[in-house]
Amino acid sequence: MQRFEPGAIIDGFELVEKLPSGGMAELWRATSQQFDFPLVLKFPFLDPGGDVSVILGFEMEELILKRLSGPHVPRFAASGSLARIPYIAMEFVAGRSLAGVIRDAPQAPDEVARIGAEIAKALAALHRQKVVHLDLKPENVILAERAAVLLDFGLARHAELPDLLGAESSVPMGSAAYISPEQVLGERGDPASDLFALGCILYKLATGEEPFGRPATFAGMKRRLYHAPKAPREINGAIPRWLEAIILRCMEVDRSDRYVDAAHVLSDLRNPDQVVVTRRHRVGHTGAWAAIRNLFRKPDDKSLVGRSKSSKLEAGPSIVLAAVDLANGSDALASEVLNETAHVLASREDSWLACVTVLKTEIIGDAPTADESGRSAYLKRLVALKDWARPLHLPEDRISYHVLEAVSPADAILNYAEHNDVGHIVVGARASSAIRRHLGSVSTKVVARALCSVSVVRLKAIEEQKR
Amino acid sequence: MRIAILSDVHANREAFDVVLEAARERGTDQLVLLGDLVGYGPDPVYVVEKAADLVDQGALCIMGNHDEAVALNRGDMTENARVASRWTRERLAPVHVDFLARLPLSLQSEDRLYVHASAERPGKWLYIRDVDAADRCLSSSKSRFIFCGHTHIPALYYALPGRRPIYFKPLDNVAVPFSILSRHLVIVGAVGQPRDGNPAACFALVDTERHEVSMIRVPYDHEETARKIAAFGLPAWLGMRLKIGR
Repeated sequence: MQRFEPGAIIDGFELVEKLPSGGMAELWRATSQQFDFPLVLKFPFLDPGGDVSVILGFEMEELILKRLSGPHVPRFAASGSLARIPYIAMEFVAGRSLAGVIRDAPQAPDEVARIGAEIAKALAALHRQKVVHLDLKPENVILAERAAVLLDFGLARHAELPDLLGAESSVPMGSAAYISPEQVLGERGDPASDLFALGCILYKLATGEEPFGRPATFAGMKRRLYHAPKAPREINGAIPRWLEAIILRCMEVDRSDRYVDAAHVLSDLRNPDQVVVTRRHRVGHTGAWAAIRNLFRKPDDKSLVGRSKSSKLEAGPSIVLAAVDLANGSDALASEVLNETAHVLASREDSWLACVTVLKTEIIGDAPTADESGRSAYLKRLVALKDWARPLHLPEDRISYHVLEAVSPADAILNYAEHNDVGHIVVGARASSAIRRHLGSVSTKVVARALCSVSVVRLKAIEEQKR
Repeated sequence: MRIAILSDVHANREAFDVVLEAARERGTDQLVLLGDLVGYGPDPVYVVEKAADLVDQGALCIMGNHDEAVALNRGDMTENARVASRWTRERLAPVHVDFLARLPLSLQSEDRLYVHASAERPGKWLYIRDVDAADRCLSSSKSRFIFCGHTHIPALYYALPGRRPIYFKPLDNVAVPFSILSRHLVIVGAVGQPRDGNPAACFALVDTERHEVSMIRVPYDHEETARKIAAFGLPAWLGMRLKIGR
């Protein structure tokens, strides 16, 4: 095996110092004239005659990293050929490793939710790029200033690339503490697997314990299909019910009972007051009767983990934001916004709706809810918002209500949409007027700056208005 | 270098023209015609003459089973194929038949082997429809890349040393990387008679610098081709299948 020294130059990269490295690769800080960001070089341990899956993992990581972009992954710089010196040169991401943070678990619930939301956001961005990480664990998450950054795509799967690694191995690939039940059964490629791992990370952050320990055997890993871990609140009574509900929903054995996607986890972690905690919990089959029944019932492992829902994800947006102006009550435009919202929601039966209305404040820092009359205005608007959405007849775990207080409605809507990974905004537009043309309307600004699709709803103009 | 690989044109002038145009637009350095220029379709003379021109300009061209059937006047095929083959033979002049008869069964270019059906006994026209057939094809050659057609359904097989090949269904117009570790069997979809449910003409574009292959899909006027098939009294199913891509 090749030995590297500080100062060595490889394809124009100068090695600076060796970083703490894992069992699969050696990591070096490096510099190069060609790149204007800090660099790290990853050299896989490739022994002649060694395990071919190490080389495949290296090759897949290079192929996948090359195809990824955005703040949640290290930037790809270059790679060295297998025939000479194989390496992947990528951005060095400075920040706190989640592995360090998790050593101080249990953490305060707000902190757990904050970190969880950061990771959920990174997962949403990754899954949108058709990649499933499949080895999400604290060591692979850097909490950088810009965002949570995911590392190590050596076990990852890209939906548009062949899974050379999966076909290679019949043993489950992943980390024993965080691997999902379907991965244990050899399935690779479902984004829901990353949500399971996220649930395990949140569990550990909130309780200080790993839900399944670190079983060393296949049978040990498989136990998670049949035995639910202790409920988080049994370990730490300070964990609020909403956080426990989020964690357990991520960790459902049956994937179809987990969150539909990372954006939904993000939304729940950011809006604890909207989490439905009365969801049925997975009840461990305990007691003598259940034990006897289980003796005679030989459950099929595949049926326990349910079916993948990922094919649905392309059908439409997973979170829809409907922005409705109720300042003058529910008018014709508001009901037209409702109609359009119903159309957008219909593309997917599992989409969520965030109903947003803005309570305008005159100056920054003037919170209308600060006094009694302000609070009553807020509550009145919330009631109106719920009444507006009522004809949609959505179950409570698919809808949330948000009365935002802001100087600029457009900024409030945009900010909410970006924070909650909204996939589609529906917003109304008033008929054109001199003042609107001068100041710019809410909808114009939303359309110009939104990071997702926007439907603008306008009432069909009546002839005489046009003149 | 960019290599455009066209298989199973099957005398479909409309599809052939749009695919050649698409290959030109993408800056192709090398053109390969992977067999079955004729059979099924209504424009054998046009396609053979065009292919002969392309070969004069440096294109590679190999023989397919329909080319052989026309050249040798053989009839051991399905009913529709036999009818079309006999009809084709009647339309072609001796010079066209001679061109088909002289095509080689396979060609090697650097580390790439081109063969219409399978590298396993090329003249037997075996179909590669599963991993076992792919395995036998791959073990019949040492080439890093084998390109076949014949099934009219695009597919990719990755062969790691000492292991069963791994199947991958390439997506339309999305580049798939070759593996540094693998040998590869690329089954190119059909230009003139796609059978994977997508009626758009298909050809493979290989980029040797980027180490990847794409199955490029090009829609064409299949109604015109079907109209000619009907006008010449060829079996109706041959026109219908162009519309549905089966």
